[in-house]
Amino acid sequence: MTPVMDSPDLAPPAIRVRGLSHFFGSVQTLKSVTLDIWPHEIFGIIGPAGSGKSTFLRALNRLNDLIRGSRVEGRLEVEGRDIYAPEVNVVELRRKLGMVFATPVPLPRSIFENIVFGARLAGVRKTEDLSGIVRDCLEKTSLWEEVKDRLASSALKLSGGQQQRLCLARILALRPDVILLDEPTSGLDPISTMKIEETLRQLKRDYTIILVTNNTKQAGRVADRTAFLLGGELVEVGPTDQMFTSPADRRTDDYLRGRFG
Amino acid sequence: MNKLDRDERLVKLALLVLAFSAVAVLAVITVFIFGEGTPIMFKHGLGKFLFGSDWYPSEKSFGLLPMIVGSLFVTFGALVIGVPLGLACAIFLTEFSSRRLRRLLKPVIELLAGIPSVVYGFIGVVILVPFIRTTLGGPGLSVLAASIILGIMILPTIISISIDSLQAVPRSYREGSIALGTTRWQTTRMVMIPAARSGIIASIVLGMGRAIGETMAVIMVAGNAVSIPGSPLSPVRTLTSNIALEMGYASGEHRQALFATGVILFIIIMVLNTIATVTSRRARGKRKTAA
Amino acid sequence: MNPRREQKIATAVLWFFVLLTVFILLFIIVYILRKGLPVLSGSFLTRNPVDMGRAGGIFSTIIGTIVLTLAAILIATPLGVGTAIYLTEYTWENRLTRVIRFGAECLAGIPSIIFGLFGFILFVTKLGFGWSILSGSLTLSFMLLPTIIRTSEEAIRSVPRDFREVSFSLGSTRWQMVTRVVLPSAIPGIVTGIILSVGRAIGETAAVIFTAGSALNIPTSLFSSSRTMSVHFYILAREGISLDNAYGTAAVLIIAILGINILTYSLMNKYIRKYQ
Repeated sequence: MTPVMDSPDLAPPAIRVRGLSHFFGSVQTLKSVTLDIWPHEIFGIIGPAGSGKSTFLRALNRLNDLIRGSRVEGRLEVEGRDIYAPEVNVVELRRKLGMVFATPVPLPRSIFENIVFGARLAGVRKTEDLSGIVRDCLEKTSLWEEVKDRLASSALKLSGGQQQRLCLARILALRPDVILLDEPTSGLDPISTMKIEETLRQLKRDYTIILVTNNTKQAGRVADRTAFLLGGELVEVGPTDQMFTSPADRRTDDYLRGRFG
Repeated sequence: MNKLDRDERLVKLALLVLAFSAVAVLAVITVFIFGEGTPIMFKHGLGKFLFGSDWYPSEKSFGLLPMIVGSLFVTFGALVIGVPLGLACAIFLTEFSSRRLRRLLKPVIELLAGIPSVVYGFIGVVILVPFIRTTLGGPGLSVLAASIILGIMILPTIISISIDSLQAVPRSYREGSIALGTTRWQTTRMVMIPAARSGIIASIVLGMGRAIGETMAVIMVAGNAVSIPGSPLSPVRTLTSNIALEMGYASGEHRQALFATGVILFIIIMVLNTIATVTSRRARGKRKTAA
Repeated sequence: MNPRREQKIATAVLWFFVLLTVFILLFIIVYILRKGLPVLSGSFLTRNPVDMGRAGGIFSTIIGTIVLTLAAILIATPLGVGTAIYLTEYTWENRLTRVIRFGAECLAGIPSIIFGLFGFILFVTKLGFGWSILSGSLTLSFMLLPTIIRTSEEAIRSVPRDFREVSFSLGSTRWQMVTRVVLPSAIPGIVTGIILSVGRAIGETAAVIFTAGSALNIPTSLFSSSRTMSVHFYILAREGISLDNAYGTAAVLIIAILGINILTYSLMNKYIRKYQ
């Protein structure tokens, strides 16, 4: 039974996971995961490749649904509502939980158009509104100064780090509640990585952030609480400092020390 | 199920209807052609239809043998001309030319495919037919003329599909052979062509299909006499020409007989296409099990 | 025989055949243009045929060709692109998709005279449209359908898979993803396929002559019969009406086809350069 800590604010959890299991056809990728994620924290998820970290993340915004044979058991609540209930509007759900992928994927259009893509889908039409959104999101990701003079130029011309921050700005335009990041800095240089980590720390104020990373040091730097997944199973979850200095489970200790993974 | 799911399902259904258009059209074509053509075949007797050599519509005599033979001769002649020429080009372009040359010549081949059949026929009439008449005798409008023109017309089909099959042969085959000290030609002859055999055969079968189905060019150069050709210099009428020439003024049973001609043609083409598909599928399958 | 000598002979033979093929193509084009270009003039292109085509120009046939081709493309494109979208975005490979593909492949192999017969019996006769643009364009569109399906599918499949995921994660429905992300990126390939089809439609004769007829006046409605350049050329040549005008018409056809091929190539190159 994994310990579920009380939030310091005594507010209800943003995300509540109870016995979540996931299957691709007959292959089980998540084994009865139970945990809570609190509002306005950076929640890290670590574990070796294939441990189900990405699958868990994609279960949150139901991106797994797109894959043939994907099946879910258990309960997953976001802000108190079961997101796998039949009445749930998946499109709106994905606006609430925005995702940034490991490889930055800017759409082949201008920086401006990239950011407003989601907003347009949501029905925002007026140019003043859109411009305001663009500026706001670029400022939040510290990109505004760098690109404010070339918003109409192609997003493909940006550097890798800039593209990833663009992808982050892109989902901010949707006013999400939760930001999901799937190994966002794995392909980036150290400086870009640092910039993104700094951005996340600032965004924590307004969003709940879930960060999947294969770099335990990154989790140590950035995450308030961290969960360790191994083979689809939740081994341990708790405050990052505590877990890293005195892990409760032997396997966690082994992983953190680099004995495997 | 909520509104979103319902909307998505509606879109999918609408697209499915559109997607069925190709199948629907094929079905409708089959139904109509067969519907108009088969009754008369059985009324006059299938045997007489296929093997009778008298085509006198005014006397209700509908024997297609001269046209069937005509189509076969002309197609065979087209293959005699088109296959060596086409294969040679395909082999040249894949094994014996530089990339620059290939990039230059491929558009040329595709241009050949774009020239309308009536233009080919016209060139045949103004240049080839008089040439045959003066140098070889006969009326000029002949099996030979039709074969040459058709042979040229099926070149793009044979070339492009053969190129694809040759290029699909794993590079290891070629490299392995060269490593054994053979010349490029030996490699091509003994390794690449046999390996691409199924695809090349498919291209030939498809070329056959195109040749049998060609109408306008053949009408212009073949002479269109209803008789079994005795030599390459004799005039000939094909199944396709038969339809095109008489459709304009045919009525009643005559018209139905032309549709019956269409049925025969349709069946031949379908058989050829199926053979080609099966052969090329076998080519792909063999490749999967090979390396 | 010495393999080296064998190769020399083989190479020489191959070169000969290739040069022969290229020569044939160039000969056809040069011959037509040489005999036909002198006939081309402003009035040839803008005046209607006079005296069954013995004199005058080919204006009405140019209009006929344009109208017929345009109508055929307008019918075939939604059907073809819709099919391609369904096959790639809305379903996995299963028996249904195999049936659909089989249908398209078979359709591609049917000779134009059969399409002409079909169009004649269904549109001209049974449905009573008569020889008309309507009958002609419907028949022609079915001939173009397989090409448009194939090229559209290729174009859509070449759009990177990541784009689709990104679109979904930003809150799009599948249809929005198709229209706002996939199709915009696939447009160059789809347009290339359409242009290829236009080239084919322009040269088509057998199917057109039995469905759109061969009236010489400018079409005034969908139900008017009309003559295309290919049909006009065929009639001029075969009835021996006017050799000069035949050459002229052929020259216009060849120039149009050349232009279309060049356009297709430059579009394809632009497309490849953009994504490479």
